[in-house]
Amino acid sequence: MLDEVLAPAPLENSHNSIAPVQATTTRSTCPYCGVGCGVLASANGADVIGDPAHPANFGRLCSKGSALGETLGLEGRLLHPMRRQSDGAFARVSWDAALDQAADGFRRIVDEHGPDAVAVYLSGQLLTEDYYVANKLMKGFIGSANVDTNSRLCMASTVAGHKRAFGADVVPGCYEDLDEADLIVLVGSNAAWCHPVLFQRIMRNKEERGAKLVVIDTRRTPTAESADLFLQIAPGADQALFCGLFVHLTKVGAFDDDFVRRHTAGLEGALKVARTLAPSIEATAASTGLREVDIASFFAWFAQTPRTVTCFSQGVNQSAQGTDKVNAIINCHLATGRVGKSGASPFSLTGQPNAMGGREVGGLANSLAAHMGFEPANIDRVGRFWNAPRMATRDGLKAVQMFDAIARGDIKALWVVGTNPAASLPNANAARAALSKLELFIVSDNVTSNDTINSGAHLLLPAQAWGEKSGTVTNSERRISRQRAFLPPPGETRADWAIFADVARRMGFAGFDYGAAADVFREHAALSAFENNGTRGFDIGGLARLSDAEYDALAPTQWPVPDDKNKGRARLFADGGFFCRGGRAKFIALATPTLATELTRDFPLRLNTGRIRDQWHTMTRSGMSPRLARHLPEPFVEINPSDAKDLGVEDGGFARVATPYGSCVLRAVVTDRQPAGHIFAPIHWTDETAADARIGALVAPCVDPFSGQPESKATPAIVTPMRFARQGFLLSRSPITLPQGVWWARVAVANGYGYRVAGDLADDEWTEIIHAAAASEDVIHLIDETKSLFSGAAFLEDRATLIWALSPLAQSWDFALELFARDRLDQSERLSLLSGRSGRQLADDGPLVCSCFSVGQKQIEAAIHQGCRSALDVGKATRAGSNCGSCQPEIQRLIKISLAAESAMDSARENPTSMKEGASDETVGF
Amino acid sequence: MTGLQDCKSREKLVVVGAGMAATRFVEELTKRAPGRYDILVIGEEPRLAYNRVLLSSVLAGELSVDDIELKPAQWWRVAGVEVLSGRKVIKINAAARRLLLDNGESVDYSKVVLATGSRAARLPIEGADLPGVHTFRDVQDVEALSRLEGKGARALVIGGGLLGLEAAYGLARRGVDVTLAHVMDRLMERQLDAAGADILRRLVEEKGVRVLLNANTARICGSGRVENVEFADGRTVPADAVIFAIGIRPNADLARQAALDVGRGVIVDDGLKTSAPGVFAIGECAEHRGVCYGLVEPAYEQGRVLAMRLAGQDASYGGSVVSTNLKVSGVRVFSAGDYLGDADARRIVCKDPRMGIYRKLVVRDDRLVGAILIGDTNGAADLLDLIRTGANISSMRDELMFGPPMQEAA
Repeated sequence: MLDEVLAPAPLENSHNSIAPVQATTTRSTCPYCGVGCGVLASANGADVIGDPAHPANFGRLCSKGSALGETLGLEGRLLHPMRRQSDGAFARVSWDAALDQAADGFRRIVDEHGPDAVAVYLSGQLLTEDYYVANKLMKGFIGSANVDTNSRLCMASTVAGHKRAFGADVVPGCYEDLDEADLIVLVGSNAAWCHPVLFQRIMRNKEERGAKLVVIDTRRTPTAESADLFLQIAPGADQALFCGLFVHLTKVGAFDDDFVRRHTAGLEGALKVARTLAPSIEATAASTGLREVDIASFFAWFAQTPRTVTCFSQGVNQSAQGTDKVNAIINCHLATGRVGKSGASPFSLTGQPNAMGGREVGGLANSLAAHMGFEPANIDRVGRFWNAPRMATRDGLKAVQMFDAIARGDIKALWVVGTNPAASLPNANAARAALSKLELFIVSDNVTSNDTINSGAHLLLPAQAWGEKSGTVTNSERRISRQRAFLPPPGETRADWAIFADVARRMGFAGFDYGAAADVFREHAALSAFENNGTRGFDIGGLARLSDAEYDALAPTQWPVPDDKNKGRARLFADGGFFCRGGRAKFIALATPTLATELTRDFPLRLNTGRIRDQWHTMTRSGMSPRLARHLPEPFVEINPSDAKDLGVEDGGFARVATPYGSCVLRAVVTDRQPAGHIFAPIHWTDETAADARIGALVAPCVDPFSGQPESKATPAIVTPMRFARQGFLLSRSPITLPQGVWWARVAVANGYGYRVAGDLADDEWTEIIHAAAASEDVIHLIDETKSLFSGAAFLEDRATLIWALSPLAQSWDFALELFARDRLDQSERLSLLSGRSGRQLADDGPLVCSCFSVGQKQIEAAIHQGCRSALDVGKATRAGSNCGSCQPEIQRLIKISLAAESAMDSARENPTSMKEGASDETVGF
Repeated sequence: MTGLQDCKSREKLVVVGAGMAATRFVEELTKRAPGRYDILVIGEEPRLAYNRVLLSSVLAGELSVDDIELKPAQWWRVAGVEVLSGRKVIKINAAARRLLLDNGESVDYSKVVLATGSRAARLPIEGADLPGVHTFRDVQDVEALSRLEGKGARALVIGGGLLGLEAAYGLARRGVDVTLAHVMDRLMERQLDAAGADILRRLVEEKGVRVLLNANTARICGSGRVENVEFADGRTVPADAVIFAIGIRPNADLARQAALDVGRGVIVDDGLKTSAPGVFAIGECAEHRGVCYGLVEPAYEQGRVLAMRLAGQDASYGGSVVSTNLKVSGVRVFSAGDYLGDADARRIVCKDPRMGIYRKLVVRDDRLVGAILIGDTNGAADLLDLIRTGANISSMRDELMFGPPMQEAA
């Protein structure tokens, strides 16, 4: 077992003057991706490091995790319940009033319009306990399955694919498979940026054991750069490639016939379809855009390598045929018997820290609870377990449908928890518009402002954030870990599960009297085991009787844990035991690969969307770290050089990216990493962080028929160049409001706010903005009309409060950032802010002696010290006095004085006693 | 004496005026053509030539009068130059090539060089001749002003140009309560733009000088001596002394009287010749191509060119691009060329008011045409060279503004 509280860690406190509240270190897990790395957090959170004992990461963290300590500030935090007033502004209300409003509102709307008129939209950032209470309230007591989550945008196709193939949403393998595989195939996964700790594990296997890495992606990502074989596939062609592989495997006799015969069903049907889709390597090449030789290599490697892991992520999931893509991969693994074996498995890399926990709870519209669906027996079983008065009896509305129903007015009350659908849903402008129609719109969140809150939310409920909340999360390898609190909850923030439970009680429902997260977890665990008897994959009955202390001390555990003698399982299905009827896994016959949308003359490019290395989702947390902001500070679009040339887009310039749904203005990055005809833009920016970069607004709302997951990576688009008269940056100690028409992106910087800007403002308009932001009379500036450059800084005392630079060309701000981070700037540093580089020390060469050549007294004294004994010598050495000569008397006087001083020093040297008394502070210089 | 015989056979060259231009001219000439001329220098002031530029330092108490003597008596002797101090030339008879002195004597010449300099201007206003009204031009003025020291005296300096600022600073250094009144809306308007002048004003005020702008002096009042000064807008400033530092007028009286061509100054050609044969003019009294220079550098250049010509060498004077350096301790100001710039010009301005730094470059067609440096005057000489040569500066604009990139230690 893991020791809960470590011995007081010898934390370096030198860079942080705040003494730790408690000299303890808390074990928790990182709140970012689905790898679920263990972390050790110091009591004040200033130091967050990897937990060497956590089996997901063994002490390693990526750039985002390493910067967690920089993201715990309370800036922008929602600390009290707030209600929107008639004037549109929010005003603080009591928890009592807020909970009553929520409970009364939900009850009234259910009473008037039925249970399906309300909905809850959850997040993969929530803890399992939060998910559980929300799901129970909606599906057992309100009586609607309108519970969906942002995992719909992320993992739904994998859930559907797993269910179709395995009969349950079960990841068969574990992270150790990445250490033990001889071939690792990454499909639609930029793991180097999005799951860096696992990627490092893969790379170590490659280095130490010689494992081969194949990367299949439409983009030449950083991950692809490390591959032994990179297959730059056409969008939407993954099924064709894996059907081709499926066919090839049977041709070369690579099937595990015994496994197929004993544990699977549906091979013939699936193979028949595969043979029509991709009968040969040639045919596969034709439909994937790949070279035959590369396909042949991949197929041969796959066929020859029993220990093969195929990892897949959003490039597979975020597709209108995502479920088929998942099954195309799983088909090949079932055929070769490479499921749940050491170093051999299909492996979904989850996007969010607790998407898996939400899936286990059943917090999705198309599942009921704990891996049970809406079959009558399950409805009955869950109803009895919950003692529920009003069970939901059918699927609810999945995310995209849910917002359509809101737009139609069918859903009248919505509760959004810990996510930002107004930014992240496809066709996000339509989603945002729909939100304004709600009769009751509740948001539980950490922040006072985001695109969703600003879409007309009526009531804001302050939730605890990472580091404050306590519960469990499940990572991509089915490992349940405790996320523990190490910070006091600020203001009136509360745990999300507690907020749901309070509203449930106020609605008059029994069964929500939880005292602590442990109570919720035990009930969740008990439900997973309730009348299970091995029929459901998700069974953690062994954890249902944990004491509070045991729950608190729970070590990372992989489910299933059916009884308390069981310590969990790393792998499943190696010997069959699938959860489909008859215990057999299913081969799936796939639809013909196609994209949901067609290119047109107006929209001739494909827009792909995704993450960048150092930001997470809408940057609510990662965006607070100055360190992370240094990587890619601006929203951008990547475009192939040939497309850029055709469209007149310049590298480093700006581009408007438009689709039939919306448009953005982004920095253009011209790169051959991006294939011709395809552009890429990251998803992270919202109206909080940029003027015009809501990528969600551009994405087509076309969804997969099985999973309801949108095709976020293939929207038809057009790019047009944009030009601004000036661009540059502003660094400010306080937020700046920029006028309409100015392009901006806000970036965290040390002790302030960075704005990358561009615009066509007149000089005096920029000046007005700058003077308003400067809040000081002590302003320096550089105006260079030859370059149309305008830069400068404002100071309070010796600290820069504002630094700006604007010109027609992109401005590097690294140097300015460095100086902005300091509390004190000396005179030469002040000026170096204008020159943009460290320059000479500003003349401290004493009073001016020679006007013609600007030679100061100290320079002349230095020349005398170096041996000049006449005005002529000094003139030769320093130019002083060599023009008009009017300073020569002064030079002669200085020679006299210096020589006298030197001879005094000489005699002092001979007589040490007198030196002590005689030596002044004057630096004569030995 | 040596070479008395030679004297009679040598060509007689008389220099009228014994200031900085005269001294440099004589120095250059004796160096280039030693012994060729029999040289006589006639100076009105009762002392050997001194460095007028440093009078402000003398006023400030930083230097003594002796310190600023240009050449010691020994030097003149060794150079074989006769110097008549305290003697004034009152008439030139150009036809007879003869000068008339104020003691009634006359001197014949073969060539005469007018280096009579200029006179301090006074405003033609009521009270301008009251006791206690001074100018700031020569040692005598400085000695008079030095007597104000240490009595809690209040001085009003009229004129916010180079001279006025130096006078005001010098007096302030002596503990005099100084007010500087300037008729324009900014100091040194002929060398500085508004932003630069604003910074200069603050720097000067930090040195203890009160500055009044838009101050048009109406009259100087007092019964028997100066008591206060009234301005056109009604402001009144009490003063024990008034110093006119409103500018200088070329001293062209002799030339005018001798019916030479005279404009503001004695008109000379590129060879520094006046309209009369054998008569030359250099320095502040001369007018070349319509310009009268009030600075030492063109005077030196003219002196050098004339010396070369009279030494038989080929040289000609094509005018000077002037620069201005304010010599006030701790306040560095440099201005040169077209410091404002027209619509075609592009300006590069770097400004740090708190640190008293202002640097402005005026660029036209990739050439530097003007500059202002305040506070940080590094590189001033290089800028002046670039303005003079008209070299293309497109590749070095940043260096001109901010100095060369730091040599990083390896």
